[in-house]
Amino acid sequence: MELLIKNGAVYDPVNGIAGDRADISIKDGKIVEKVSSGASVIDAGGRLVMAGGVDAHSHIAGAKVNLGRLMRPEDSRIGLKSRTKITRVYSGYTVPNVFAMGYRYAQMGYTTVFEAAQAIMKARHTHEELEEIPIIDKGALTLFGSNWPTMDYVREKNLDKLAAYVAWGLLASRGFGVKVVNPGGGEMWGFGKNVTSLDDVVPNFDVTPAQIIVSLMKANEMLRLPHSVHLHCNNLGKPGNYKTTLASMELAKQIKPAKDRQVLHVTHLTFNAWGGTNWGDFESKADEIANYLNNSDNVTTDMGQLIFGSATTMTADGPVQYANAKLLHAKWGNGDVELEDASGVVPIFYAKQISIHAIMWAIGLELALLTKDPYKVLLTTDHPNGGPFVNYPEVIALLMSNKKRQEEIKTLHEAVHKRTKIPGIERELDFNDIAIMTRAGPAKVLGLLDTKGHLGVGADADVAIYDIKPDQIDPSVEYAKIKSAFQSAAYTIKGGEVVVKDGQITATPMGRTFWVDATVPEEQTEIMMKDIRMKFKNYYSINLANYMVQDAYVTHPKVVKAGAIPVKVS
Amino acid sequence: MNVITDALCPFCGCLCDDITVVVEDNKIIEAKHACMLGSAKILGHCRLGGNNIETHHTIKEPMTRVDKNSNFKEVSYDEAINEAAEILAKSKRPLLYGWASASCEVHKKGLLLAEELGAIIDNTASVCHGPTGLATHEKGSPSATLGQIKNRADVIVFWGCNPVQAHPRHMGRYSSFARGFFSEKGRKGRKIIVLDVRKTDTAKMADEYVEIQQGSDYLVISALRAILSGHADVVPASVGGVLKDQLVKVVETLKTAKFGAIFFGMGLTQSKSRYKNIDNAVSLTFDLNSFTKFVITPMRGHYNVTGFNQVCTWETGFTTAVDFSRGLPYYNPGETAANDVLNRNEVDAAMVIAADAAAHFPANSVRRLAKMPLVQIDPHWSATTEIANVVIPTAICGIEVEGTAYRMDGVSLRLRKMIEPTHLTDEEVLERITQRVKELRGE
Repeated sequence: MELLIKNGAVYDPVNGIAGDRADISIKDGKIVEKVSSGASVIDAGGRLVMAGGVDAHSHIAGAKVNLGRLMRPEDSRIGLKSRTKITRVYSGYTVPNVFAMGYRYAQMGYTTVFEAAQAIMKARHTHEELEEIPIIDKGALTLFGSNWPTMDYVREKNLDKLAAYVAWGLLASRGFGVKVVNPGGGEMWGFGKNVTSLDDVVPNFDVTPAQIIVSLMKANEMLRLPHSVHLHCNNLGKPGNYKTTLASMELAKQIKPAKDRQVLHVTHLTFNAWGGTNWGDFESKADEIANYLNNSDNVTTDMGQLIFGSATTMTADGPVQYANAKLLHAKWGNGDVELEDASGVVPIFYAKQISIHAIMWAIGLELALLTKDPYKVLLTTDHPNGGPFVNYPEVIALLMSNKKRQEEIKTLHEAVHKRTKIPGIERELDFNDIAIMTRAGPAKVLGLLDTKGHLGVGADADVAIYDIKPDQIDPSVEYAKIKSAFQSAAYTIKGGEVVVKDGQITATPMGRTFWVDATVPEEQTEIMMKDIRMKFKNYYSINLANYMVQDAYVTHPKVVKAGAIPVKVS
Repeated sequence: MNVITDALCPFCGCLCDDITVVVEDNKIIEAKHACMLGSAKILGHCRLGGNNIETHHTIKEPMTRVDKNSNFKEVSYDEAINEAAEILAKSKRPLLYGWASASCEVHKKGLLLAEELGAIIDNTASVCHGPTGLATHEKGSPSATLGQIKNRADVIVFWGCNPVQAHPRHMGRYSSFARGFFSEKGRKGRKIIVLDVRKTDTAKMADEYVEIQQGSDYLVISALRAILSGHADVVPASVGGVLKDQLVKVVETLKTAKFGAIFFGMGLTQSKSRYKNIDNAVSLTFDLNSFTKFVITPMRGHYNVTGFNQVCTWETGFTTAVDFSRGLPYYNPGETAANDVLNRNEVDAAMVIAADAAAHFPANSVRRLAKMPLVQIDPHWSATTEIANVVIPTAICGIEVEGTAYRMDGVSLRLRKMIEPTHLTDEEVLERITQRVKELRGE
């Protein structure tokens, strides 16, 4: 099947195209040099054309997402939509059902989304849901930061075993990358405690969070994984935590990347760029983080932008969720996973007149606007922690218009003036910056730039056309138009197929699931497996033979090969 | 002879995954490690009898009858499926109920059929742990996987449940007797507290047995919470038949635990105060976390009753009792659960699958079911068969068909196929009914 998109105002930063009129040729799901005269034609008519959106951090599937739905029937009553001939029912706002998850991303022009955390033991559940999310390509990052084998190998300083465990864990969970959440804290939460600094020692395992992070970064690079270590810092949710965040970023300096990308991705900075010592003197330190990013090359971040209104916080950071539930007198979901990690779910409502929320709103924006290179700050809301992903267009509009920000600031708690820098920041991002933060950047950070995040020949034919003529609009003033155009793509093309037209779903193909098959020398795996077998015999509550995610749960796999560099070349 | 190791037991919510099954001539002759309940199901699968235990009366062929007082007539699958589809397609307010003894793959097909029909879909939780779902809506669910409890718990509470009888391997694999990393002494390193209205076999094995007066669980939980928060002074000398001294002692044990776990059953969900009991018990768990680590886990009954709630939640946003009559999923237990709609006499046709409504519903609901066109899909002859019009036998999930099931703690595992099926699978039957319904409606 051939398709020609004519006459688009193309923003494709990877290929150096910034608003030029260009045609895009598509054949058999890929972008090609040219197509025959028999190709179907879409006339973009000077409208904005970008690669399909890529989201490197969103909670879209798995045990905690479903616990969020179960805890919040009130949320599922929002956004209901009947089935049609081609679509299933929609439900939910902060915790949409699987179908709405895929449809709504596609309707915004997004075509690739990564679930940010799965425990290996619960990965089968994650994949059951991913299998039912229509249209988009997806994948899931696997938790390694409090796993007993990880901590054992870190303590033993045995990187070979650690790398073998990471490779095996990715296979077992059909995972895409290494996620680390409050390293060491997941184990501590097993007995209701937590780590409070990078150098606290985790009892019984005798390792520190810093050692865990550094060792996993080394293993990650040994394995030449497409993505870097993806870190949710210690002390998240505590005033003053920007210091821990900076110290964590500093750890990345010891590591050389094995690929052309960062060695550490520090996620959802809205929750860990906090100054002050308590809720009273709470303030934004996004400027300090941005300053660090401007002077460093091996760390990337994402915003985790706060959206006012309802949100559902969900994370493997179990202790912070108990603290949240206590603080907010909210319902509390907790889901410890034996030998692996913790997790928690707590609903929240972000209010404009609560000083802390107003300051948090500013943090994400400050970070994006004060960091010079948009490749270093991805656009996310840490869905649904900062707010639901359907609000990305609101974030785009805020980043592109100082006027909109100033209007918004007028409605917020006055703390936003005193304890953030946002009122004085005049920078306005352009379409190229937005294309980087929502396409090229996440694809690069994930290590998927060969096929995702751009429109060059050989890329997947994932394309979004928005009803904006870039040369006829002033986003700084017409921010409402910007927002509404990004909410509802004129066209979304996924793998060469038109899946959305005028904001309506037109086809629901099944997307693929990306996972990483990293090879390590067989004998290395065998030595590591002795420990794993012992752990299953004595400690796990299921048998090893039933642990791995079976092929039946990944029916449309896209396997990305990686592996350790062999020490000896024969 | 074929030996299958690490097989799952498709009986109770423990979902034990260490069963070794020996198969000869497509018959299971041994199920090692399985408990009495599990082996009865696994061995009793055999439709041909043989040396196996004939625990269940399986249905051999599809059957139909027009008049419920007449005898069944054996028919082909095509005829039975056609008749089932006609009953459902004609219905103005169909109910699809059951789902507990089937895999998640079956649940997905069922939800699709419910959407297509605009039906009400509900599972057995609605007469079991449904109240636990309601409490989760109110207060959340502070829980953990069973291995976390096995490795760490030094205090375990069983409230209104009797694992010795209902979940026979629970105490050995996951709780009282299980040994783990921080619990190498097993039972000797643990305190077991049982709260119940009668001295069950589980209670007999406890370190502390608290006998509660029937229907007083809510009061007792409230008293425990009052004592825990330092207000023992307001607690009367006896609460719900329990002396205050004993309650004070229990609170002391709970709050000095290193890791505590509460397991609860239908004694809590289906007695007076129902979901409010669980709501209060979750609050007690929340409160206890100010002192130490505590989790709470429902003792789910059927091996995959949890799975239906998971699938229904991720597909519709709601855990069960979903009414699709508006085209949208609508959930309001008390209004949309199976017994609510039966009680209001709204339902005009029903399908019962992988559960036995006639044996477990209130008499009034069963009377209503008996009067309407009723389709049963199940490998086994049950009380529901006696009031059905169309009976479609299917292969047994977890024995004859692979698939997914969720353990009581939400860990999903893959069911094994142990022998070749002699009947169509639930999935095939539901697919064909759905297809036929579409044809009948001219879609």
